[in-house]
Amino acid sequence: MTRVLSLILYLILAPFVGAFLDGIDRKITARMQGRKGPPIWQPFYDLFKLFSKQMIAVNSVQLLLNCSYLIFLAVAGGMVFFGTDILMSLFILSTADMFLILAASSDSSPYSNIGASREMMQMMSYEPMTLLIAVGFYLATGSFRVDEIIAQETCAFWMMPGLFVGFILIMAIKLRKSPFDLSTSHHAHQEVVKGITTEMSGPTLAIMEIGEYYEKMLLLAVVALFFIDSSIISWILGIVLCLGVYFLEILIDNVCARVNWHKLLDICWLITLLCGGINILILMLI
Amino acid sequence: MGVILLYLIPIMAGIPLIGAILIFLNHNAKTRGYTIYATVVAMMISALALMITWIQDGSNTWYLYTQTEWMDKAMQAFEILLMVFIVYMCFKYKRRWISLLAILQTGLTLWVEYTIPLVESTHTQVDSLALLMCIICAFIGGLIGIYSVGYMKSYHENHKGVLDRSSTFLALIFVFMSAMFGLVLSSNLIWMYFFWEITSVISFLLIGYTKTEEAITNSFRALWMNLFGGFGFAVAIWLCAMWNHSVQLNEIVASANPMIIGMLALAGLTKSAQLPFSTWLFGAMVAPTPSSALLHSATMVKAGVYLLIRLAPALNGSLCGTIVSFIGGFTFIMTSLMAIAQNDAKKVLAFSTISNLGLIVACAGIGVEQTVWAAIFLMIFHSSSKSMLFEAVGATENSIGSRDIENMHGLILRLPKLAYVMGIGIAGMYLAPFGMLISKWVALKAFVDSGNVLLVICIAFGSASTMFYWTKWLGKLIAMHKPRVPDRDVTRKDEYFSMAVLCAITISLCLLFPLLAGYVVNPIVLSLFGATTDVLSMSELTTMVIMVCSVLIVPAMMFLVTRMAPRDIVPTYMNGINVGDNSHFTDSFGQSKKLHLSNWYLRFEFGRRRLLKPSQILAASVLIVTFAVLLGGVLS
Repeated sequence: MTRVLSLILYLILAPFVGAFLDGIDRKITARMQGRKGPPIWQPFYDLFKLFSKQMIAVNSVQLLLNCSYLIFLAVAGGMVFFGTDILMSLFILSTADMFLILAASSDSSPYSNIGASREMMQMMSYEPMTLLIAVGFYLATGSFRVDEIIAQETCAFWMMPGLFVGFILIMAIKLRKSPFDLSTSHHAHQEVVKGITTEMSGPTLAIMEIGEYYEKMLLLAVVALFFIDSSIISWILGIVLCLGVYFLEILIDNVCARVNWHKLLDICWLITLLCGGINILILMLI
Repeated sequence: MGVILLYLIPIMAGIPLIGAILIFLNHNAKTRGYTIYATVVAMMISALALMITWIQDGSNTWYLYTQTEWMDKAMQAFEILLMVFIVYMCFKYKRRWISLLAILQTGLTLWVEYTIPLVESTHTQVDSLALLMCIICAFIGGLIGIYSVGYMKSYHENHKGVLDRSSTFLALIFVFMSAMFGLVLSSNLIWMYFFWEITSVISFLLIGYTKTEEAITNSFRALWMNLFGGFGFAVAIWLCAMWNHSVQLNEIVASANPMIIGMLALAGLTKSAQLPFSTWLFGAMVAPTPSSALLHSATMVKAGVYLLIRLAPALNGSLCGTIVSFIGGFTFIMTSLMAIAQNDAKKVLAFSTISNLGLIVACAGIGVEQTVWAAIFLMIFHSSSKSMLFEAVGATENSIGSRDIENMHGLILRLPKLAYVMGIGIAGMYLAPFGMLISKWVALKAFVDSGNVLLVICIAFGSASTMFYWTKWLGKLIAMHKPRVPDRDVTRKDEYFSMAVLCAITISLCLLFPLLAGYVVNPIVLSLFGATTDVLSMSELTTMVIMVCSVLIVPAMMFLVTRMAPRDIVPTYMNGINVGDNSHFTDSFGQSKKLHLSNWYLRFEFGRRRLLKPSQILAASVLIVTFAVLLGGVLS
């Protein structure tokens, strides 16, 4: 019953919470940059505005692919909130991302194609870490299933600190934070116009944004998964730490300059090997 | 029952052989086509008949044919003929040293057969694994046979410079399938070796079909590598005969002598094109596509992994097993990185084949129930998806005159049917929750359970790069870009038939995943290990099926939903003014310029030039050290 409830809550609330967090993110970012920043509800205004816009498109499939992107992200997140297999959920997450890449490649626009290529590069960079994190949960708790992971006596974090560091890293990529915002950026200083979203407009773009909110909630849920165990306090701790990690991402976003793809791949794979690989090795040995 | 049973296997292996002779003698393209269809149908029926009889008999392993004197003599004669043929070819094309390999191994096996007395035993065995291989070979191989009828016509229309030897080519394909049946049904190493040699020689002939300089070089490379593996096989036979006086495969697995297993594993590694022997497989891409499809999806390379899967119980926990799984995992990651740098579609398929085989080999090398479970799944899904992809690429090449992925830009509007086939094939190769990915998942779980951190890391990085090269290909296909000049689809009906059936097979295999696990894979694991464990529980399997449905349904549903949405189509943003056709823009001089879009190939980082040599050297040195250690163990 709780599982169904949490699934329904996720499906309904995730976009709202995600957008709200986005509003806070923009406010904090503005303050860090010495600006006043938009109102906290700005993401909601943006979404309404996007939905009310005229439907223009560069081709007939982009909307369909973006909708599929949204649905698969919701499915991937839903799997975590429903308490099923986390590895499968991460696989579905990649499938969802692939739909976004296809949406961007479906038009022969130079900028969105560059964005799509860079998105693929980002995917290649974070993919090993996501797999290792799922493996880490399995080794630490004996199960890939979320409902069994959160029913443990002690939280998984103590068994997998290296993987947690790695997760913060790949979360920066997934949330499109500097220094890893190669494919598209929330900041205005983009040299590839708007990258992967260049050709998306109006409702199509809004759907993509909502998808990203679902994704954000999924990622935060995985952060919480590191800390939640059978006690109630751990849930509160988990939520607090989620917000802490989110703040950390904002901080990273504002203090780093964007790296090129070479660096991105090198950093990610190196950290995956060092933090992830060694953590997994230790987990296997004990 | 008993009498039919004895004839069933010769009939099954004989049908493609007789078909091949008829095809070879027939130079009329039309009637030859009908002969091929008939042969394929007969082959499928006979394979099914064998399977049904076997199931009705209680699904016990059959051991047949103890007295086979005349057959042995015929094989020996044929082996000598093959050797003479190889020597002749080697001298004709001035690669004389290769003949040495052929002479040595044929001499060795003949010497063993005549001097060392062997315990009398059976020659064939029919069990679930062998039957699975037969079904794969008969059905997927058969469909490739059907495809090749139409393909070869178009091929020779497009390649006027190549001498039309279609009947030889098509006949060889069927001889190959016959040999493949023989190979998987043999219980005796000497028989298996005989069929092994035939597949080596036929692949050599198929690769060299066009007789260009490149084709000849590559075919000889394939020949020497496979003969080298065959030499390992011959040495294994000699050792078995000398030490055990028996050359039965299951006794070898039971006794698990490291040297013998090592030699057989070497043969398996060469056949399945693992590093350092990978070069023959991507060299083999010069051949017409049906041969690539047949050799690299359903038969030849599967013979290598078949042998390794048979050896799996003996590999478990031994030095050989560790090395085999290392080579497999290493091949998986290195070749999937190298695939990124390829723009030739067939080369991408070749690299992905090697890398998937690497995964299967790694699974077999660990040699516990779960990994073999995963290996068999990978094998099934790989053969259906990959053969489909090869066929679609071949048909596209005939239509647009190129197999460069860059030239497939917008294929979905140019040749929609082929693009869909290709798309389904690609999705089947790497997307959640299709077959290959599920198998990869199982493999990952099995590697974790067996505590092999190196393989876990290999699979994590390898699947990331796998994702990269497939997605960028898929992105090219889906570009909605109307060409100026429409392409003419020259794909023939039989080619489409073959592709459509393979598509249906691929999708239904994913949907029937739980059944496949329960009725096919579990019994095989049971027969190999005497025990079986469900790596994925039934509920997980059913979730998977629901996921497959959703992946198929969601985009379709979205298509229906979004079709209703009214929208204005606008030109894309190009920074310069879009001339209006989305492919030209006005540059700063006011002239119209063509836009070129290209994928990322990262040749400098992941190119073959950079990665191939070091990885070959590493793999080769690992193998050399292993054999040195094994030899030391034997001599001390």
